[in-house]
Amino acid sequence: MTTPAIEINGLTKRYGSLTALDDISLSVNTGEMFGLIGPDGAGKSSLYRILATLMAPDSGSASVLGLDTVKDYRALRLRIGYMPERFSLYPDMTVMENLHFFASLFGVKIEDNYDLIAPFFGQLEKFPDRMAGKLSGGMKQKLALSCALIHRPDILLLDEPTTGVDAVSRSEFWDMLATLRQKEITILVSTSYMDEATRCGRIAMMDRGHILRVGTPDALAAGLGENLYNAVSADMFGLLSALRKLPEVSDCYTFGATLHVVGSDRFDSAEAERRLRREGIADARIYPAKGNIEDLFIKLAGNE
Amino acid sequence: MNEDNYAISVRGLTKRFGSFTAVDHISFDVGRGEIFGFLGANGAGKTTAMRMLCGLSRPTAGAGTVAGCDINTQSEMIKRRIGYMSQKFSLYEGLTVTENLRLFATIYGMSDRAIREQSNRVFSLLDMDNMRDTLVKDIPVGWKQKLAFASATIHRPDIVFLDEPTGGVDPVTRRKFWELIYRVSSEGMTVFVTTHYLDEAEYCNRVSIMVDGRITALDTPEALKSEYHADTMDQVFRIVARQATRGE
Amino acid sequence: MTIFQSLIKKEALHIVRDRRTMIITLVMPLVLLLLFGFAISMERNDVRVAVVVDRHTPQTREIVARMQADDYFSFTGIVSEREAEDMLRRGETDAILFLRSEDGRLTAHIDADASNPVVGQASSAYIQNLVSGNAKVPVLTSTMYNPQLKSAYNFVPGIMGMIFILICAIMTSVSIVSEKETGTMDLLLVSPVKPGVIIFGKLVPYFLLSCVLLCVMLILAYTVLGLPVSYTIVSVVVVSMLYVVLSLAIGLLVSTIVSNQVSALIVSAVLFMLPVIMLSGMIFPIDNMPAFFRWVSCVIPARWYIEAMRKLMIQQLEFRYILQEFFILLGMTVLLLVLSIKKFNTKHSAYEF
Repeated sequence: MTTPAIEINGLTKRYGSLTALDDISLSVNTGEMFGLIGPDGAGKSSLYRILATLMAPDSGSASVLGLDTVKDYRALRLRIGYMPERFSLYPDMTVMENLHFFASLFGVKIEDNYDLIAPFFGQLEKFPDRMAGKLSGGMKQKLALSCALIHRPDILLLDEPTTGVDAVSRSEFWDMLATLRQKEITILVSTSYMDEATRCGRIAMMDRGHILRVGTPDALAAGLGENLYNAVSADMFGLLSALRKLPEVSDCYTFGATLHVVGSDRFDSAEAERRLRREGIADARIYPAKGNIEDLFIKLAGNE
Repeated sequence: MNEDNYAISVRGLTKRFGSFTAVDHISFDVGRGEIFGFLGANGAGKTTAMRMLCGLSRPTAGAGTVAGCDINTQSEMIKRRIGYMSQKFSLYEGLTVTENLRLFATIYGMSDRAIREQSNRVFSLLDMDNMRDTLVKDIPVGWKQKLAFASATIHRPDIVFLDEPTGGVDPVTRRKFWELIYRVSSEGMTVFVTTHYLDEAEYCNRVSIMVDGRITALDTPEALKSEYHADTMDQVFRIVARQATRGE
Repeated sequence: MTIFQSLIKKEALHIVRDRRTMIITLVMPLVLLLLFGFAISMERNDVRVAVVVDRHTPQTREIVARMQADDYFSFTGIVSEREAEDMLRRGETDAILFLRSEDGRLTAHIDADASNPVVGQASSAYIQNLVSGNAKVPVLTSTMYNPQLKSAYNFVPGIMGMIFILICAIMTSVSIVSEKETGTMDLLLVSPVKPGVIIFGKLVPYFLLSCVLLCVMLILAYTVLGLPVSYTIVSVVVVSMLYVVLSLAIGLLVSTIVSNQVSALIVSAVLFMLPVIMLSGMIFPIDNMPAFFRWVSCVIPARWYIEAMRKLMIQQLEFRYILQEFFILLGMTVLLLVLSIKKFNTKHSAYEF
């Protein structure tokens, strides 16, 4: 067993009366693409700030690459690449000026590590003199990632890199991360998009300062342990209200084009369809569904 | 065609900034009570188009009506008949829930009695009765979202524009919010919504996708999925948005 | 390129590319200097004086003749005492000069319209001066160092005191805070660069900018405004540079306290601009203030700077006469620098929100 890339023990952080992180423990392996999945306010950014040595925890400890985030922060800073939640480059400086600047902070030359950023920086090279502030969302992201990688860090901390970015750019971004994984860089990435969980090796689901579950996306989805069905009808809102009234339905919620129905042990889809027909929803169809991370989150968040 | 049947009806709507055409001759109709999804990649022109529809920006060319008012000449009237909610929620954190609601109601010129009645209605609708006197900064994000929605609709507008209302919000809250949208829509309010969550596009009655300033796809989610041989709106969006050529 | 050089280069790019701020920074001091120097002149070139004479003597005739000949006055005539008081009340004259002869001795008495106190004071002083030109009339006061009571360059020290606070404190605090807002400060802190280097990378460009500004203002003061050139200019430059560093330290301190650009602006303005204008002696003389404000003014750096500048530029005194001011400024600078760097350096507290 190699030493874990990130080891977190009983980490707690409070802001006044608000507990942002509540006794969190977590371990991330070297070379892993690890996802922190959770909505705004889950505590993801606080965790990042502690790991990036920007903030000390109130209690508990965290070590990255075997270095303590508080005691060994100087040594650690050389080896991490951090991309904060907001676009954090100088908008009034050009693409190349930004890259040069961040390279010089770490005392490296762009050429030394160009191979690492080449796959995505290539597209930016076409306009080296464009101001960073004038780039599109997707391009800004590529530049920010390039700047975070220019010193060839051993671990990359990406805090919600895909927030506010459209679906196409989001998907491209995950493709870029996949190429980095081959370079044996450990990646800790957070997102509020549950559907992005499947792009990670392992994930931790976070909510309100707690880690709800840790595991591979497939294992987590498989462990949902619920009797899950799809339900469709032309009148989805009517269907939703009707299903919620059925006693064998423990939960029912919208899920893309269908409704997801969580049935109790006694739930029978054919029987439910009949009951709905009696309620006047003649076209209701109910069939088994495969749950995913979002279903799990709804289940876990609902239980709190 | 009778324009009164439509909450929004625009033809050849165009906005240019210098030599850059942000919105390029878009034409579409939104029926009363419809939930209309307005999708597009970043920089496709969604925000600019939405600003024109809300009467915040004058079109360079084109004509149309929003809530029965002409977008070229009656922008002030439009503002009175619509509601707008942005991703930032635009609430006053230092005021209580009630104070926020009253403030927005007063801005729209509602009488004290109407405000009282509507507040009561809204609070019971949103299940927020016990939070009336809590400061907005102390309530959870899901409640802020609901309150922002209530503030945008307290004056019972014909149309409510929602600009990425669910960004970063957890899956449970997101779903509750959409149920709220369904409810106001069933009461006859038109909902015009943008989102980055493509599963939410499935909840819309009709969806348009903007690419490079134009609307290149507009239909019900089912029709779009079969047209593009896709299983989900997410796939549809990717196929359509990849046609973009605009140098971003 | 070293880290420090690239930090400076980055800051220089920000300054140069932000044209609006750049123009304001360079043009505002010039406008203020010229405005106070010429347009908002506190001197009056045509003080209207009515003269009341109870008995005409050669002496009184001489005074009146001198007054008529002086550019500074417009002589409104010899009038009766009642007429004169009416004229003063109606604003038809600015001052009345009473010349009374008692037992062959001439005494002069001045009633001046002090609704503009500065003009009232200045003109009465000037009349006294004029009257006392006649040796036989007792000399009551004499104005020194600025015998013509010219105010064209009187305001130079005050304006310099204000400009440096404005440019250094506001610009540094806003530039640091804006990096906090955009998150780039986090990236700098997460890099191996030491916080001290980051701070000096911020301060040096603004120090250089202020030096350029200092040159521009001094050239203007010594040429257009006619400030007498002398060897004290060396002391002027030294003390001004110290004051610039002090202002930078204030900006740094503000940036460690506030978290967004708007509050950086407001805090800088309220905490530093207003006291500088009101309490530094720039406009209102400190000696005339109530005791409380006199005490408050002691902690305002601009007070000491302006006082030192007045002594050096207007009184043309040597450096040893401003030792007190110099050391107070030096002490404040050291204190503020230590305080702000310490605050900035407290790695695990300065950047929590």
